Amino acid sequence: MYFRETGQFKSKYKEELAAFPIFEDKIGIAIAAIIAFILIPLFGLPGLSYEFTISAVMIPVVIFTITTLGLNILLGFAGQISLGTAAFMGVGAYSCYKIMTIFPDLNALICVVLSGVVTAFVGTIFGLPSLRIKGFYLMVATLAAQFFLEWAFIRIPWLYNYNISGAIEVPYKEMFGIVLTGAKSEPLTRYFVCLAFLVVLTWLASNVIRGRIGRSWMMIRDMDIAAELIGVRPLTAKLSAFAFSSFYIGISGALMVFFWLGAAEVESFDINHSFTYLFMVIIGGLGSITGSYFGAILVWVVPVILKEYGKSVFGIDAFIMENFTTILLGVVMLTILIVEPHGLARIWQIAKQKLRLWPFPY
Amino acid sequence: MKKTIIGALVAATTLFTSVGMSFGDLLVPVMTYRVGPFAANGTMNANGFVDYLTMLNERDGGIGGVKIKVEECETGYKAEKGVECYESYRGKNPLVHTPNSTGITLQILAKAPEDKTPILTMGYGLSAAAKGETFPWAFNYPTSYFSQMTSILKYIDGETGLKGKKIGFIFLESGYGREPIPVLEQLAPKFGFEYFLLPVAGKDAQNQSSHWLTVRKEKPDWMIMWGWGVMNPTAVKAAIKARYPLDRFVGNWWAAGDVDLAPVGEAGKGYKGSTFNATGTDFPAVQDVIKYVVSKGMTKTEPDGPGSVLYNRALWNAALIAEAIKTAQDITGKKEIDGEDMRLGLENFVLDEARLAELGFTGMVAPISGSCKDHEGAGAAFIQQWDGKKWVKISDAIPPMKEIAQEMLTKAAAQYASNNTGWTTQTCK
Repeated sequence: MYFRETGQFKSKYKEELAAFPIFEDKIGIAIAAIIAFILIPLFGLPGLSYEFTISAVMIPVVIFTITTLGLNILLGFAGQISLGTAAFMGVGAYSCYKIMTIFPDLNALICVVLSGVVTAFVGTIFGLPSLRIKGFYLMVATLAAQFFLEWAFIRIPWLYNYNISGAIEVPYKEMFGIVLTGAKSEPLTRYFVCLAFLVVLTWLASNVIRGRIGRSWMMIRDMDIAAELIGVRPLTAKLSAFAFSSFYIGISGALMVFFWLGAAEVESFDINHSFTYLFMVIIGGLGSITGSYFGAILVWVVPVILKEYGKSVFGIDAFIMENFTTILLGVVMLTILIVEPHGLARIWQIAKQKLRLWPFPY
Repeated sequence: MKKTIIGALVAATTLFTSVGMSFGDLLVPVMTYRVGPFAANGTMNANGFVDYLTMLNERDGGIGGVKIKVEECETGYKAEKGVECYESYRGKNPLVHTPNSTGITLQILAKAPEDKTPILTMGYGLSAAAKGETFPWAFNYPTSYFSQMTSILKYIDGETGLKGKKIGFIFLESGYGREPIPVLEQLAPKFGFEYFLLPVAGKDAQNQSSHWLTVRKEKPDWMIMWGWGVMNPTAVKAAIKARYPLDRFVGNWWAAGDVDLAPVGEAGKGYKGSTFNATGTDFPAVQDVIKYVVSKGMTKTEPDGPGSVLYNRALWNAALIAEAIKTAQDITGKKEIDGEDMRLGLENFVLDEARLAELGFTGMVAPISGSCKDHEGAGAAFIQQWDGKKWVKISDAIPPMKEIAQEMLTKAAAQYASNNTGWTTQTCK
């Protein structure tokens, strides 16, 4: 109908290797970027207040996309199941808090990246069992990580600087005279910081996955014995997947507390959150970067927007909307998984095929 | 097929649309939780709060002739939802935030000075907010967790003496439950008692067997509980199973509601709890709420709601906000006030015996006045006991150990301010 891959001839290898070889894809990405970088910051979403759009819809969805990307690398590309996502986000958040308070003059963005590095290290340690165990057994091992880390966040008061409330608070930080974190910061500043992280991390992920390391992950995922015989070392492949994925998750955890919530207790990193992130990955589509975006948007944005519309437009009671969106989300998840087990990414792919010029749609 | 589904959805949503939404100019937001593990308690809190303000709309046509608009936001007692709710009120000129959760309070506390909207956390929230000079925008009338813990310890001291005694402290492992621990830390050497901590994680609220095994082993002379939601009845039931004497078991004011003990019933006889508001429907204010709101079916309250501990407390919470709005209107001369005016109202209201009688709260609560320095009021708590069917007041008002509590509050406030660079404070005359 609209496009076809054939006919867009490439004369250089570099063009062939481009992230978006098809011209129409480039347009699509440009439109998405314009919406995220210009239209929403300028106008917000229709029917919602501007502040609400930025602080309660856009910032969290950007952060959760980073989480989903991270988990997707581990689950979708390397085939290692993890139920400790929320706890690893907690590692990111608490380590960012410690780094910020130990080095008060350090730039906030560097703190966030460092917290990602710390989480990568912790993730690698908890990824060690993956060398010996697989599938459900590995899931149980990561579950242990979840419970142990939750326990640590409560019982090691050093992590929250012996605060009476047991919560971590966000210090005031600025860069080039712009307030980045703390209550004085503008939501828009925080949004752009998160968005910048998302863009850089997506670019990084897409290139790593296309490269040697990413291919070794996928080989391990598809058949680890065969991969080993070909010469892929499971030790490096699995642990690098854990490290890389945890790096993303740690950064998203730090962003969540310091650029969105403003303070956090261990409750924000409990097992239910781990499940939510898992849903995002599965619904979005395992092993797909676009899917990570779709999953995070569906699971986070749709309920929030529905609730807000229900309240402000239809005047429905808040708690009814809360129950309603929970039910609706459950139904949508089930439907998607029954109709298309490969998630939204696959649906998107099918839709793209249908948009090909005749006679190519098949 | 598609059309049928959409049609059904639309029909369902219109069915759910509540009737009688009030639209006015004084927006009083309230974060509630009618779903989730704490819903039994949260629903009571929500109903009392909404009903009182609805009653004012019905009886007096609002406050100072301006209607009140109560806007509920569902949090499920989850902190992130609280932030979402907070953002949804932005730009609508909310007067005062009622987060109904200590965890949410901690997250929005820092935003209050920037958004110029005060937060009133009645009997919960950050204890240090009592220090008005450090926290110009946060209030926790009529008393804080620190003060309450000293009141409970004072009660125990009066019963059996504290010296040489062992106290078990069982608490919900959250910002809320952990709040009074510094008081125990500080007072244990001073009064010569021992204590041990029994943290109950939120997900284990219904599974406390290991905690009560510890109680059996440790044999404490007294047990104190900072519980919430389903944790409370579970704890009392577990105490009965562990053969722990219930009259040596004191819950704080969030662990001593009718919804907590009703599931235990007769077996829970003897269990004690602290509170700062009396129960029953004999007060004119409660009667008015029944007459104008509950009996007319303008609410979600069940007929047995009014008069219960949490419901009456929520009425008191709403009444205090209403009084602060009135004070703010009087001070500024404006009818439609904003958050900054409201802050003045909260610092300057006077609820003495005469005014309480006018409002119909005589005997239900203690008189209290707003102040710039003291955002807590250091009100007294009293002890009530469950008689198998209802709560009975068994002690007089027990004022907190003021010097000790105040000293600790000052320290905690200073710590908060030093952790938060650029924190906004105020100087009081």
